[in-house]
Amino acid sequence: MEIKKRFWQILIGVIGLSLFFIIPISLIETGGEKPHNEETNHNKTDKKFNATALIFDHIGDAYSWHLFTKNGKHVAVPLPIIVYSNSTGLNVFLSSKLEHGHHYNGFYIAQEGEYEGKIVESSGNVHNNHGITAEITEQESHSETAVTRPIDFSITKNVFEMFLSAFLLLWIFISVGRSYKKRGVTSAPKGLQGFIEPIILFVRDDIARPNIGEHKYQKFMPYLLTVFFFIWVNNLMGLIPFFPFGSNVTGNIAVTLVLAAFTMLITNFSGNKNYWKHIFATPGVPVPLRIIMIPVELIGVISKPFALMIRLFANITAGHIIILSLVSMIFIFKSIYIAPVSIAMGLFMSMLELLVAALQAYVFTLLSALFIGLAVEEGHH
Amino acid sequence: MYLNIILANSLISPEIGLLFWTTLTFLILLILLRKFAWKPILNAVKSREENIDNALNAAKKAQEDNAKLQESNKEVLKEARAERDNMIKEAKELKNQMVNEAKKVAEVETDKIRKAAITDIQNEKNAVMDDLKKQVANLAVDIAEKIMKENLSKDENQKKLISGLVDDIKIK
Repeated sequence: MEIKKRFWQILIGVIGLSLFFIIPISLIETGGEKPHNEETNHNKTDKKFNATALIFDHIGDAYSWHLFTKNGKHVAVPLPIIVYSNSTGLNVFLSSKLEHGHHYNGFYIAQEGEYEGKIVESSGNVHNNHGITAEITEQESHSETAVTRPIDFSITKNVFEMFLSAFLLLWIFISVGRSYKKRGVTSAPKGLQGFIEPIILFVRDDIARPNIGEHKYQKFMPYLLTVFFFIWVNNLMGLIPFFPFGSNVTGNIAVTLVLAAFTMLITNFSGNKNYWKHIFATPGVPVPLRIIMIPVELIGVISKPFALMIRLFANITAGHIIILSLVSMIFIFKSIYIAPVSIAMGLFMSMLELLVAALQAYVFTLLSALFIGLAVEEGHH
Repeated sequence: MYLNIILANSLISPEIGLLFWTTLTFLILLILLRKFAWKPILNAVKSREENIDNALNAAKKAQEDNAKLQESNKEVLKEARAERDNMIKEAKELKNQMVNEAKKVAEVETDKIRKAAITDIQNEKNAVMDDLKKQVANLAVDIAEKIMKENLSKDENQKKLISGLVDDIKIK
């Protein structure tokens, strides 16, 4: 009963969220009526299927949430763009303003060059000196104008999905936390609580305790649990191919970099005397050899979280690439008869990715716990 | 061309915006979850584990107590059995003793009765003998009278008779 109720709550939430975006979608559709040079070019390239472009478009970040293309028109959910430029200051607007190569306030999405796919600003100063109006600038080829990259804090596809995952996590775990207060500690866990508790106990008993040690693990439990569930939920959300899911959050280097940086900072800030002694005066190593050992150990401080960053990024991105490649096979072969093969292999890969989603969350948490454990370990020498 | 796409795709070049939002989201998530989820959950789980441990220990103790109780019960039962056996034994002895005593008493009584009977018989006999003697004496006197009346004419006969009578009397 409880689960059924929850299910309906989730369904209504998702539908509500989707409805919230339908009005802007229709706006884009009408807004994108007039034909553009870029668009017609785009249509031409669309005819020749480019799997690489499609795949990299899907696993990369985007300013709007592309849903589908109808009659050569992209239907997308617009997302807020927040950019700060030196000339115009802080600008906040919806990405629908930049659809189909439109310019807004001097900002547009670069189609080529160093900042391809990113918001750039055409520096009007150069043209103003020449007496050319902004209108002409827009019409002209971009290579002639000097483009600069503004500081970009846009709520992109990945940011949006990350927010969604954060709300989902807060909702799940705060409600579970409440059910402990409500139900007390003497009764057996029920419903969502019963599903979550074994996982929390797994993180505690199989990740934190053996790696950090019985006396010190408690301090690090909130971080380990948060990072575990954050990665897991984002991995899973990335596997759902429908709006508002399917974004490659944990397969983005920026996200994994932040997570790995957290582990690195926690490891080094909780490192005890023994840990630093191992780095700067490794026991049993003659003093002259320290010239070599200290740099090696310092590289180790960086390389451990660096490996965490690359591992998660590569695993999740690879999974997305494989599934998308399998789907692309249908279009590469231009045959519907390849579809059963694509679907069967895609299904298999999706199953594997479900495992990988949990496995990578586990590995990241396990290695974080291991690094922290090494940093807080008391000397045995 | 592909390398270009990879590089341009920000796949391996982290964007400042995403770095910022990820840090912010993760920090807020960490703080909120720590306060409202992890602490209550972990504390609850811990106290439940303690509860379970206590309950298990209590159950173990109860079991031990029970075992001890059973042991002592057995002891009591054993003692009770011994007591019962003892009592039965004593009762048997008592019974035997009583029976023996009764037998003795009965023997003594019968003895007494027999002795009394013997005495009585003796007395009776004596009385009967006395009576008989008297009667015999009377009879003898009667007989003697008759004989005297018939044979006293002869002297020898008289003497014989008298000595014979006298002898007879002496024997008795």
